[in-house]
Amino acid sequence: MLGASLATSLLPRIPARAADSLIRLAHEENGPGSVRLINETVAAFEQGHPGVKVSQLYLENAAYKAKLTTMLQSDDRPDILYSWGRGTLDAQVSAGVLRDVTATVQGWREDFTPVALDAFRIGDKLWGAPFTVSGVGFYCNKALLARAGVDPAHLASFDDLLAAVARFKAAGIVPIAVGGGEKWPLHFYWAMLALRLGGKPAFDDARAGRNGGFAAPVFVEAGRMLQQLGKSGAFQPGFAGAQAPDSYGQFGDGKAAMTLMGSWVMGVQKANAANGQGLSDDAVAYVRFPLVAGGHGTSTDTFGGVNGWAVTRNAPAASLELLHALTSPHYERTMCERNVYLPAVRGMSQYLTSPVLRQVATEIDASSYHLLFLDQTLGPSLGSVVNDVSFALATGDTTPEAGAKQIEDARQAEDM
Amino acid sequence: MTLAATRRKPSLRGDGLGTVLLFLPPALLVFTIFVVLPIGEASWFSLFDWNGYGSPQHFVALRNYVRLLAFVPFRTALLNNLLVIAISLCIQIPVAIGAASLLSGPGRLTVVMRLILFLPYILAEVAAGLIWRFVFDGNFGLVAVAARELGMNAPFMLADPDLARVALMVVVTWKYFGFHMMLVLAGLQGIDPELRQAARMDGATGAQIFRHVTLPLLRPTLRVSVFFAVIGSLQLFDIVMPLTAGGPGNATQTMATFLYNFGITRMKIGFGSAVGVVLFLISATFSIVYNRWVPGER
Repeated sequence: MLGASLATSLLPRIPARAADSLIRLAHEENGPGSVRLINETVAAFEQGHPGVKVSQLYLENAAYKAKLTTMLQSDDRPDILYSWGRGTLDAQVSAGVLRDVTATVQGWREDFTPVALDAFRIGDKLWGAPFTVSGVGFYCNKALLARAGVDPAHLASFDDLLAAVARFKAAGIVPIAVGGGEKWPLHFYWAMLALRLGGKPAFDDARAGRNGGFAAPVFVEAGRMLQQLGKSGAFQPGFAGAQAPDSYGQFGDGKAAMTLMGSWVMGVQKANAANGQGLSDDAVAYVRFPLVAGGHGTSTDTFGGVNGWAVTRNAPAASLELLHALTSPHYERTMCERNVYLPAVRGMSQYLTSPVLRQVATEIDASSYHLLFLDQTLGPSLGSVVNDVSFALATGDTTPEAGAKQIEDARQAEDM
Repeated sequence: MTLAATRRKPSLRGDGLGTVLLFLPPALLVFTIFVVLPIGEASWFSLFDWNGYGSPQHFVALRNYVRLLAFVPFRTALLNNLLVIAISLCIQIPVAIGAASLLSGPGRLTVVMRLILFLPYILAEVAAGLIWRFVFDGNFGLVAVAARELGMNAPFMLADPDLARVALMVVVTWKYFGFHMMLVLAGLQGIDPELRQAARMDGATGAQIFRHVTLPLLRPTLRVSVFFAVIGSLQLFDIVMPLTAGGPGNATQTMATFLYNFGITRMKIGFGSAVGVVLFLISATFSIVYNRWVPGER
């Protein structure tokens, strides 16, 4: 190894010709729609840049996250990588493996919605560019709601939700499908309840360690409500062992009335349904997460994710052009026309043909505060503790107080 | 003595030394690079709070170890490993001895049975885990169908901490029992049949022959079998991940899945290294103690 690096450093430095350029693109996209779009974009890019080749490295989500740290520090690092923005991005930036793309993105940064771009901004610098945002809310099977006599328009408060759960159960319908075994789907409840209870200030305070941090009353109360929901039998039997795709399939099969999920569920509920068809777009109603009595959050506070691309330090110059191609208005428009994902670029929501997706996109466009997935934005370690606690609350394995304290202890340990 | 000494000397300088120089360095190098260095590095990393980026900076001395030993999921993982070892020793190996004794004779049926019982061992661990995940599924699985046929509510085995643990033990026993059966079969075939015949002529019953002739002669085989069972249990990872991924909660974590779930995926490389060091110490201690104090021959 030493010999090899010595030999390389002694070789005369020949500037790489553009014709020899290879861009390595690492990602975890496996949905048919997004894969097709990436492939088309890459093919068009290669055609427009003779001699530049793009190779894609696909890894499944968990494997991608686990391998990325090592990959980024090896000589074999990808040039462009799939990113969830703030959280892990911070660690990558402080390790110096990423390239500051502020100047590059300057030309088209006005295209992006602020919510999306913020996920890649640290201070006044940009470390990547977003291509999609997602929003979490309840996706409801209209037919099952009608059968149980639940009106989606009357799911405005947490009490309404509990009442609906009781109605579903009385009608012999599984109220909510959740991939609890993977834990992160349950953190949606905890996060949304806390967001409704405390709004943006609660999360700002918690992150800064003010007012008791994550052990503040708001988070204890969110835990209590999640526990109450779990106890009410809202989730399908065996939810503690179910994977996310199981829950997508259950919803797509019409075996559960609702699911609290990101906007991608519209695609995956079809792919995971037993008949491969799932529910058609007009069979599904989208409902915002209900408000809670006495909460300080507003119904326009949203929760979801942002995905995009970051560029590594020594990536070939053409990588920056590919970054643009993968986040351009043209890319986003095609993405919307095919209902693949919600756009990160302004004015593209109008091209979504799915009414449900357009509703979610509009909601995010008008968002007063978009809280990013906590297991991303809090970093992989503290974020995982949030997931652990959410799971334990839903299954009744911990108390709201102990759960909140566990998260706060982990936050303090991160600060040390 | 003199002759032997003069004979040895040139051989050490000549062919012997050549052999040493030719064959030792590659093995030593590979062992150093892939075993000694990683253990040394892991021990070093375990003293830091480190997310895996750059080089470790934040020295925390033994804090990772202190946290680890007080951490409930790690204790669960440790207990699960011990449980797997107990199941291996108390159920898997005795059943393997029984099956091997029944199937040691000639005949087409016994050969077919041996093959069937050995098949799970050949199957890849991940595939086995996924298949069993389907079997245990509370909606569509075999267990659910069987329960419904019997008029019971289908259990969601992988969603209940205790049942998930049972499920894991069932799969582990099913998967590795064939391997131990094959070891015992080989051991049985190495026993001179005349010894059993002699015992029978002396009036010993079948049980007595098994207890006083077969079992003592199987001792070297069983010693190997137990060693593999214990080390295999400590390494248990690739069946658990597709089956339960350590869940529900952390009910079926083993030390290896704990290391992956809490060290690698959470980017706590220092903490994960501490788990690795503890796992290494347990394995090394066991190996040394076992090889030193559990004799193979009588």
